[in-house]
Amino acid sequence: MAHEHKLEIFRGLVKFKSNTQKIWGVLIFLTIVTVVEVALGIFKPEALMAQFLGMKILNWIFIILTLVKAYYITWDFMHMRDEVKALRRMVVWTAIFLILYLLFILLQEGGYIESIYTSGYVKRDF
Amino acid sequence: MSTTVVNTGTEGKTWGGGNQPLKASYGKMMMWFFIVSDALTFSGFLAAYGFSRFKFIDSWPIADEVFTHFPFLHGVDAPMYYVAFMTFVLIMSSVTMVLAVDAGHHLNKGKVTIYMFLTIIGGLIFVGSQAWEWNTFIKGDYGAIQTKGGNILQFVDTDGNRVALRDFAIVDTHKERTQQERKNGLWFVSEGTLPTYTVEEVFNGLEANENVLVRTQIINEHGEKTVLSREASLKQIKENGKLVVEGANLHVNEYGSPLFADFFFFITGFHGFHVFSGVIINIIIFFNVILGTYERRGNYEMVEKVGLYWHFVDLVWVFVFTFFYLV
Repeated sequence: MAHEHKLEIFRGLVKFKSNTQKIWGVLIFLTIVTVVEVALGIFKPEALMAQFLGMKILNWIFIILTLVKAYYITWDFMHMRDEVKALRRMVVWTAIFLILYLLFILLQEGGYIESIYTSGYVKRDF
Repeated sequence: MSTTVVNTGTEGKTWGGGNQPLKASYGKMMMWFFIVSDALTFSGFLAAYGFSRFKFIDSWPIADEVFTHFPFLHGVDAPMYYVAFMTFVLIMSSVTMVLAVDAGHHLNKGKVTIYMFLTIIGGLIFVGSQAWEWNTFIKGDYGAIQTKGGNILQFVDTDGNRVALRDFAIVDTHKERTQQERKNGLWFVSEGTLPTYTVEEVFNGLEANENVLVRTQIINEHGEKTVLSREASLKQIKENGKLVVEGANLHVNEYGSPLFADFFFFITGFHGFHVFSGVIINIIIFFNVILGTYERRGNYEMVEKVGLYWHFVDLVWVFVFTFFYLV
């Protein structure tokens, strides 16, 4: 088994000298992202409360930051960066495709039932 | 039969077998495929949560108002700080795990031992924190009234601060209602613990305290829960109040929709179970490291495999954190 690690993150913007150093670098990055998330969650800036594509902008920011964190956990902690393309795609695209499909179906249906409730055919405030 | 073919003539070719296109060992690859299937299970849970939330989009509990406690800080409003701490603990234990894997690549037994130990400690802190979080959630804080339709009515003062039932309910000292046990009343029939107060006591308290108002589940256009006027408050409790709810379980939930509590228990419970089994597996590997099993084997790939599982648990938590506490 080869133990070579790719030591660049951010598409080569940051390059580490050793694998250990890269791990600490990624930890610092993940911590910053988490702190930003919590700060946004507590202060809830008024400017980010506007609706965008059916959700608050703030929620979109949370989701994007989560995906960023997930990327670095998978790529650097789970060493996905060092695996061959075939294994990477097999794992990542299968999961992403099925999850997007499931999310689309369930959220669409949830929104539909909500519209039935609000258009007054079902009474539930009693 | 002397004509049996013993040689296929395809050795060394792509389909001749014996090559490893993924350049990963069997064990590691299977761990990856297990992780994919487990990820789908978790997304099933989270997508179902999203379904219920979209269904009750205008009345879902607001997470910052539910998770406001921090250990040893009583009465301090600390939304999400504790979950943020838990997230950090789990990421930190992920880091010590990946450092253990790295030390394993260098066949450094001492370092692997230390980092595995730290990973286990991190996992235990996380599971303990989750137990505390569950306990706080189940016990509840303010109490609420459930209506006939299953909606939750909470209480606030005129400034919008939450008011607990114990602060205003007038206890009726001549109350006759006791908990039905198997040995009294209707034999071999029992019921759960009765709430501390009856709806009537809460109503009397509400009537006597001019500054207490009812807050409904409905979220208004400012993203806050609707507060009723004084008359409407009294009317709601008198006409629709049916049950006093304190804390949360799988049937009722003082924070809002019972589904919120159900999903909280199932999703964080399922994740906590993963962390727990991860800790157990880590302990087994830890002892194997100490006993020198992997040193004799000449590679620390087992550490790498449990490492994958452990990082996956961290990965899932990142999503649970976002969808349960932030969004």
